[in-house]
Amino acid sequence: MNIYAIRAIYKFEMARTWRTLLQSIGSPVLSTSLYFIVFGSAIGSRMVAINGIDYGAFIIPGLVMFTLLTQSISNASFGIYFPRFSGTIYEVLSAPVSFVEIVLGYVGAAATKSLIVGVLILITARWFVDYHILHPVWMLGFLALTSVTFSLFGFIIGIWADSFEKLQLIPLMVVTPLAFLGGSFYSIDMLPPFWQTVTLFNPVVYLISGFRWSFYGVADVNVAVSLGMTLLFLVLCLGTVWWIFKTGYRMKS
Amino acid sequence: MHPVIAIRNLSKVYEGGFQALNNIHLEIQRGEIFALLGPNGAGKTTLISIICGIVNPSSGEVLAAGHDVVREFRAARSIIGLVPQELSTDAFESVWNTVAFSRGLFGKPRNDAHIEKVLRDLSLWDKRNQRIMELSGGMKRRVLIAKALAHEPDILFLDEPTAGVDVELRRDMWNMVRELRSRGVTIILTTHYIEEAEEMADRIGVINKGEIVVVEEKKALMQTLGKKRLTLYLQNPLESIPEALTGYPLELSDGGDTLTFTFDASRGRTGIGELLRKLNQQGIDFSDLHSRESSLEEIFVNLVHETDNRAR
Repeated sequence: MNIYAIRAIYKFEMARTWRTLLQSIGSPVLSTSLYFIVFGSAIGSRMVAINGIDYGAFIIPGLVMFTLLTQSISNASFGIYFPRFSGTIYEVLSAPVSFVEIVLGYVGAAATKSLIVGVLILITARWFVDYHILHPVWMLGFLALTSVTFSLFGFIIGIWADSFEKLQLIPLMVVTPLAFLGGSFYSIDMLPPFWQTVTLFNPVVYLISGFRWSFYGVADVNVAVSLGMTLLFLVLCLGTVWWIFKTGYRMKS
Repeated sequence: MHPVIAIRNLSKVYEGGFQALNNIHLEIQRGEIFALLGPNGAGKTTLISIICGIVNPSSGEVLAAGHDVVREFRAARSIIGLVPQELSTDAFESVWNTVAFSRGLFGKPRNDAHIEKVLRDLSLWDKRNQRIMELSGGMKRRVLIAKALAHEPDILFLDEPTAGVDVELRRDMWNMVRELRSRGVTIILTTHYIEEAEEMADRIGVINKGEIVVVEEKKALMQTLGKKRLTLYLQNPLESIPEALTGYPLELSDGGDTLTFTFDASRGRTGIGELLRKLNQQGIDFSDLHSRESSLEEIFVNLVHETDNRAR
């Protein structure tokens, strides 16, 4: 294992975060805080409680998860796409590093950034909304698992994309709608039966449901199913990344 | 002695069917400076890219210090440094950080003293905290060389290292390459500047249309394939070459004032003595003369044209 290479990639990527602190961390924390102010403090007090949880507190896990998904994808996809775009990827390809080490470096850094953002959002939310965490270890586990899984997904997008437009395509056109319709702002029990069934095909539902369970002990779907679906997506992403490096797809001619 | 790079039956066909390399055989010896010459699209960069792991070969094998570059990629790549043709840099990073990154990437522990030495050798020390985007093109080229040297490679590939750099910087780079060679580093460079190969290379390989046309010691190549030209400055201009001299490869120029005789330097009998006697018999006097060996550039152009003609 080329530990020095993993560390070099990780440090290099993290240095980009510190260099662009406002954009990397400040901006997502601020925009999520606006949701807490509007939906938590302002409108939340006039909404009925869901499953016995105040609306302001109910939306916190969903909003954290929503930001975590978009940030993980954005960090990881940009992290690998930019060297491809600028041509500096030649150095990684010509270095004595395996695909596992490349992924550990890039995805590790992207997931770390997302985790930092997620934790900062949770701390910031405390200023606006009163919430508690019933299973803190599970909460951190879901946070870490989602960061890693969606950073891997972002890594795949960063390799697939051959333009900045494509880089934004899946996060904006697929992930954002799925996150909005995945139960961030409501419980899927509130939907008509037909839409409840349709919603179960949305993978984000399982992430948000499991994460919310770690806060309040209530979930739309069984927590074991949530965990299983997240792990399944992780395995799918790992398989795709393995295939990319085996075939050299969009990396080597 | 085992070659430091051994290429056997190497071919590369890109998607779409373009054959960039065709059955290449090439051996590069440890500690030499090898210049790979070829016109645009000849396959130079593809060849280097395969050795360095950036492009997958279609068939054949490449060994670097005895390690297969595909199967034993770790051992092979850790001793190779590459300076690419394109100025691909991390624009927002500082010079120091990007060079330190390269060292780590190639599996070497932190060594500030070595990085300082590399930066000083390349006159980059004063720029170490500057962002790369603030540097000139020549300085960026130096940064790429510094990155390639950060992990102390035994083999250094320089793909068009002096493209677009000024004469002074080019001379600096040549000195640096010579110094690296004196430390035992094997240098393989591709270049469009024949002057560069003529100045530095121990051996020269010419590649055209994906095939190696010739590999030869530079001196031997120039001797074997080089032609000499004897130029005679006539006292009285000639209207045409006299009939008695039509058997000689002569060329009249400068309004009949200059007569040029081209001969093969490698042959024992050059024919100069006989030509001078015949000129005397014809009453053609000359005021001055000089002879010149053909440059590597002329040899290169001839070789490429020959292979092009053979292919037609």
